[in-house]
Amino acid sequence: MAGVGARGRLVMGWPVLLLLALCAAGARGLYFHIGETEKRCFIEEIPDETMVIGNYRTQMWDKQKEVFLPSTPGLGMHVEVKDPEGKVVLSRQYGSEGRFTFTSHTPGEHQICLHSNSTRMALFAGGRLRVHLDIQVGEHANNYPEIAAKDKLTELQLRARQLLDQVEQIQKEQDYQRYREERFRLTSESTNQRVLWWSIAQTVILILTGIWQMRHLKSFFEAKKLV
Amino acid sequence: MDSAAPRSTSALLLLLLLLLLLRAERTRGAELTFELPDSAKQCFHEDVEQGVKFSLDYQVITGGHYDVDCYVEDPLGNTIYRETKKQYDSFTHRAEVKGVYQFCFSNEFSTFSHKTIYFDFQVGDEPPILPDMGNRVTALTQMESACVTIHEALKTVIDSQTHYRLREAQDRARAEDLNNRVSYWSIGETVALFVVSFSQVLLLKSFFTEKRPVSRAVHS
Repeated sequence: MAGVGARGRLVMGWPVLLLLALCAAGARGLYFHIGETEKRCFIEEIPDETMVIGNYRTQMWDKQKEVFLPSTPGLGMHVEVKDPEGKVVLSRQYGSEGRFTFTSHTPGEHQICLHSNSTRMALFAGGRLRVHLDIQVGEHANNYPEIAAKDKLTELQLRARQLLDQVEQIQKEQDYQRYREERFRLTSESTNQRVLWWSIAQTVILILTGIWQMRHLKSFFEAKKLV
Repeated sequence: MDSAAPRSTSALLLLLLLLLLLRAERTRGAELTFELPDSAKQCFHEDVEQGVKFSLDYQVITGGHYDVDCYVEDPLGNTIYRETKKQYDSFTHRAEVKGVYQFCFSNEFSTFSHKTIYFDFQVGDEPPILPDMGNRVTALTQMESACVTIHEALKTVIDSQTHYRLREAQDRARAEDLNNRVSYWSIGETVALFVVSFSQVLLLKSFFTEKRPVSRAVHS
């Protein structure tokens, strides 16, 4: 692809490779530092039937060169995803670079936890790992150029598809909002009931205890022949 | 054959260069919710090109007095934004220096309450929906511009839904906390009531059961 003639390939090949390398080596976005046994958790509050795609890339700190190495094979990250009830949806080990996907079946707060399981870090890294993370939820997770190519859509059709996805996302969020509001209302009503019953119970207990105290003391003083 | 080779490679080079430029201006954004333990600080870093506008929205969802410290530093180490004990805020800035910008959330002033913090960090403008749309020569048709308008409006709707959801999560957390606290305090008060009444009776009885002269017993 770089040229038909052999000389052409040699001359023109390296800028292509350089540009390819530049394209590939660009940082994937937001990154943070994580300790060796540290577990970093992120919460995603999502409606049901929503797809979540997470991409991460790890870099190890090189103590001698005092710089982060571009990519280190052998590093592993353990990804664990829990649903709102605490049940584990996804629990997998990935390499130094990975992509995880899950679809929510119950609406609510899902917890995505990442922690490194590598033992090499203690020896070389001085305990620091740089993690590039990118989590896309719902319609942000759709790859529109890919959809256009697969379904052979024109630009306008693709735009319409994107708008439909966005509207569907809004609808799901509103359904979830209704479910959340119901939970909130149940909690408030439960608090209301509890305050009512506990107040009545405490007043009754107070009166009964007062009566018991008086009777007990009266019988005690009568026994002591003071009354 | 030799002339065809450089032409195809130069086309490929041009395509790759275009891709590289598009990557440079691409919206890199992150919307994350994480838990910040007490007396802890967590920092996030993002690479920003010169002249690109970025924005940071953050909100404390649960925990303590719903406040957090936040600061943003540019690649040279200057603090371009610093706020203490804020519940929510929005900050936009046009990057003057190319490099890695750092933003940190600090809960170091709190000794026992861990906080859940949501932040939304957006860099740059939204890219076109198809990669080769960036270099169009004709103007948008009415249909296309209507689609773009609807898309922008729906993005605003989704954003406001997110903010509403966060506020609702905060209120719901407070309501559930209140529900639990009512139970605990009621049980605690009942126990305290029993303890106080029994000890009152016992104490009074102890005043009268000592072998003391009648005058002292009458006096107490």
